[in-house]
Amino acid sequence: MKYNKGKGRFIFFCLTPAVILFVIFLIIPTIDVFRMSLYKWGGYTDDKTFVGMQNFTKLFHSDKFYQAFQNSILLIVIVSVVTFAFALVFASMLTREKLKGQNMFRIVFYIPNILSVVVISAIFSAIYDPNSGLLNAFLNLFRGAGSEPTLWLGNQKIVIFSLAGAMIWQAIGYYMVMYMASMANIPESLYESAGLEGASRMHQFFNITIPLIWTNIRTTLTFFIISTINMSFLFVTAMTGGGPDGATEVILSYMYKEAYTNSSYGYGMAIGVVVFLFSFALAAILNAVTRREHLEY
Amino acid sequence: MKTDNHTRKTGGKFYKAFIYLLLITLAILIIVPVAWVFIASIKQDAEFYGNPWTFPEGIYLTNFADAWQKAQMGSYMLNSVIVTVIALGLLLVIALPAAYVLSRFKFKGNAFWNMLFMAGLFINVNYIVVPIFLMLNNGDKAMRSIIGHPFFLNNLFMLALVYAAMALPFTIYLLSGYFKSLPKEYEEAASVDGAGYFRTMVQIIMPMAKPSIVTVILFNFLSFWNEYIISMTLLTKPGLRTLPVGLMNLMAAQKSAVQYGQMYAGLVLVMLPTLILYILVQKKLTQGMTMGGLKG
Repeated sequence: MKYNKGKGRFIFFCLTPAVILFVIFLIIPTIDVFRMSLYKWGGYTDDKTFVGMQNFTKLFHSDKFYQAFQNSILLIVIVSVVTFAFALVFASMLTREKLKGQNMFRIVFYIPNILSVVVISAIFSAIYDPNSGLLNAFLNLFRGAGSEPTLWLGNQKIVIFSLAGAMIWQAIGYYMVMYMASMANIPESLYESAGLEGASRMHQFFNITIPLIWTNIRTTLTFFIISTINMSFLFVTAMTGGGPDGATEVILSYMYKEAYTNSSYGYGMAIGVVVFLFSFALAAILNAVTRREHLEY
Repeated sequence: MKTDNHTRKTGGKFYKAFIYLLLITLAILIIVPVAWVFIASIKQDAEFYGNPWTFPEGIYLTNFADAWQKAQMGSYMLNSVIVTVIALGLLLVIALPAAYVLSRFKFKGNAFWNMLFMAGLFINVNYIVVPIFLMLNNGDKAMRSIIGHPFFLNNLFMLALVYAAMALPFTIYLLSGYFKSLPKEYEEAASVDGAGYFRTMVQIIMPMAKPSIVTVILFNFLSFWNEYIISMTLLTKPGLRTLPVGLMNLMAAQKSAVQYGQMYAGLVLVMLPTLILYILVQKKLTQGMTMGGLKG
């Protein structure tokens, strides 16, 4: 720039509103989560006592917490394995083969990602309805109309898988479009020469496609864990409320309940801290485990 | 060699048919539930007993009128429109200059703020909504003693402000990436012509950033329109609910009152704006997604 008159002032005016908003609504509340986890506090009164690690000791002796934790991990595992496998395979099919209606498929697969979680929950509640739902009506075609209806959201053993189904339905298209974009950058000549040497499609998928988009897979994996933890909370809140009998309680829904319904904010925030540290630890572990040499093409 | 080639070709045919089968199955699994909601929204309540696969006997539009008025989805929609528009406006006015300055100016603290906003990408709304609620609640206590009535909670503008704040890290990240790719010559030429910093930004840089601004608007429209945890927490007055929260309540009410038609009409009302927008801009949206590579 030729002159510097007013540069400092310009920067100040451009940056200040963003910084203020960011500090008030993101930084301070984040610090608050950590700070409040050390207090015994109901939230509405000024009556708070510093209790140190007491909330955390209480947490690690709580069966409810372990159940919620277990449910969360189960959901992360089921949803991520199925979503990743399908998204990768479908993305590879759509990029590798010259198919008619390719664009149409891509448009359709992305639809769930633009819908509100509340909408998806409502749709799936209707699908899972034991008496008037689509799923039982469909299954009755095979097992006879008079058979006992399956309680997709009412049976403690099944319900977590029903939730996983809705979450997978929502996530597949997003990751698919993402992988398609990175797969489109792989030069066709690599596949051609591999094909001439007699490598099957399966071989090509595992030895060319996967290694070349590995960086992308790693990023999405880490990102996916954090987003599954959040998504499971939203789905649980909208679909089951944690029930039946705690069978779908996940860590964040447990946190929310403790903080608001039971008015124990300190304890609730301690749960928040544990979830926060847990997701970062998981991301770090995954990052280390999936580290490979970077491949260029 | 010849036979080998031949088997590979027929194998290819089967393989292709298999792929089509898989893709069509997934497409059906996605389209059918969504289409079913649209069909169910014109059914009469009595039609919900029995086989759910039957087509409606007629087009029963009363569901929409009921959802709009009796279930108040109309006023919830107005609330959603207000919040989304204000939040988008605030976000652009605040994030654009910040991203511009952060990505194209050298100054003390630049690296620090860049890093802090990046770190913001990892801050999670679902934890911090609790402290935010408490903060605004405390603010209201103070407000009651000063101006006599609460101000921060149950305020659509405050909700929009919180939405805008939540969207800042991702938006700044995305816009900065775009600004960084522009050549320095534009600013230099503008400065030679005597334009100040502000004019250069508004008249030269902003128009060039249009594609990334469109991406930012699309993504944040979807997330603001569909959001419900913050909205549910910060708006406790029934009359102020946004669409997703109103829909949640309608779902809960439907369980006891058995007004299925109304609920499905409500669902259509929430879905329709996003579906129309998606159909209009689907290419930009999927391109933008891979450009940003993140979603909140």
